[in-house]
Amino acid sequence: MIRVVLPSHLRKLGGTGGEVQLEIEGQATVASVLDALEARYPSLAGTIRDHATQQRRPFLRFFACDEDISHEPLDAPLPEAIASGKEPLYVIAAIAGG
Amino acid sequence: MSKARVLVGTRKGAFILTADGKRKTWDVSGPFFNGWEIFHMKGSPADPNRIYASQTNSWFGQVIQRSSDGGKTWEAPGGGVGKSPQGWPMGESNRFVYDASAETGKPLTTHQWYDGTQHPWEFKRVWHLEPSPNDPETVYAGVEDAALFRSTDGAHSWQELAGLRGHGTGPKWQPGAGGMCLHTIILDPSDANRIYIAISAAGAFRSDDGGKTWKPINRGLHSDYLPDKNAEVGFCVHHIAMNPARPGHLFMQLHGGVLRTDDAGDLWKEVGTGLPSDFGFPIDVNSHEPETIYVIPIDQNAGRIPPEGKLRVYRSRTGGGDWEPLTKGLPQEHCYVNVLRDAMAVDRLEPCGIYFGTTGGQIYASADAGNSWEAIVRDLPSVLSVEAQTLP
Repeated sequence: MIRVVLPSHLRKLGGTGGEVQLEIEGQATVASVLDALEARYPSLAGTIRDHATQQRRPFLRFFACDEDISHEPLDAPLPEAIASGKEPLYVIAAIAGG
Repeated sequence: MSKARVLVGTRKGAFILTADGKRKTWDVSGPFFNGWEIFHMKGSPADPNRIYASQTNSWFGQVIQRSSDGGKTWEAPGGGVGKSPQGWPMGESNRFVYDASAETGKPLTTHQWYDGTQHPWEFKRVWHLEPSPNDPETVYAGVEDAALFRSTDGAHSWQELAGLRGHGTGPKWQPGAGGMCLHTIILDPSDANRIYIAISAAGAFRSDDGGKTWKPINRGLHSDYLPDKNAEVGFCVHHIAMNPARPGHLFMQLHGGVLRTDDAGDLWKEVGTGLPSDFGFPIDVNSHEPETIYVIPIDQNAGRIPPEGKLRVYRSRTGGGDWEPLTKGLPQEHCYVNVLRDAMAVDRLEPCGIYFGTTGGQIYASADAGNSWEAIVRDLPSVLSVEAQTLP
């Protein structure tokens, strides 16, 4: 079981409630977590990764175990603490706007 | 008695304003989707309770919302917990992918960037949603970078009408300050094959075969920033309006100039003489008087504010060329708001109601064809779009 913490706008859009808990088949990576997230909450497809390029949107970042892993490959294995559900994977939105 | 419903998109959510036919007392509901930019909302002429909304922001990209009950409840078609019992495709309602397929598409080419270099087409957002006049499930979307998409399944899935992007002049199209957007879509109710669109800054185009092929319709347009006086494309068209009862007669607010055509865009004629500024964004036509048009002049050299700090709608009852300022009820001093291209609309009640929203958050309404104005609401977030519905 993997835990994911989403920005409030995405929690509202997806109707996810609080922290999301997902079962992942195979290796836990950012890509596999997002695949599972989008399968369960289809309206979140395209909001974290661009539909066409599948790249992370520039104003979002991924944090695992207090580390910014946004520039790691999306298919890189996540730390054991994330894969085991001990720590959540954070999707963080940039603080910007007016 | 008929009712009016006004759909307002703002920088921080959507609002819906409703009134009876007198249009004196308004109910304001919202914000819907608070925190998100609502670039545009529009109701289906075939089913006024079906409303489509373009929800977007810089963080999470594009979402399309729709309502089937006049805006009381909303859903992202194809997405959402427990909302896909029919097995709708995952999240396709926000999937706008340029069609580069060999069968129906056009190669992904480049357009001009601000510095004059070529730049690849990249989807950014939906600027305008135009529901079909006949079918509530069919809706067109004008997007940035400029292209036209269509959905025939209530916005679950979208297909690009790639003949426009692949018209061949694409490398000469360029973004305006707001991006390279397709912002105007006009469906001819008398001819299902005829579609008009406008792009900043490429110009106006017309299709006579339902969107397969397109023709630039910019003859008669002139712009100081285009050295080639016979340019086919490159024009910063701000908005175009047509009275549905009189197809083929269109009115345009250009980056510099107000023009009209009486032959479906084959030739445009300047009709803005007498206005305090040739610049502005919206333009609209009275629902009952096809030669009565409205613009809101803006001083672009002073920073895109109303000339002399006076917010004035200008009306011509002669299809242009003879203009009168409409000021009753509008601020005539210290007013420095702007009115964006999709932020003016007309209803079909008698007399015609006119509505516009400002970057300062006011929604002004006239229930007497522009003679007098009143603010329905004054302190919304900056207004991006206004559309009016006439309900039975």
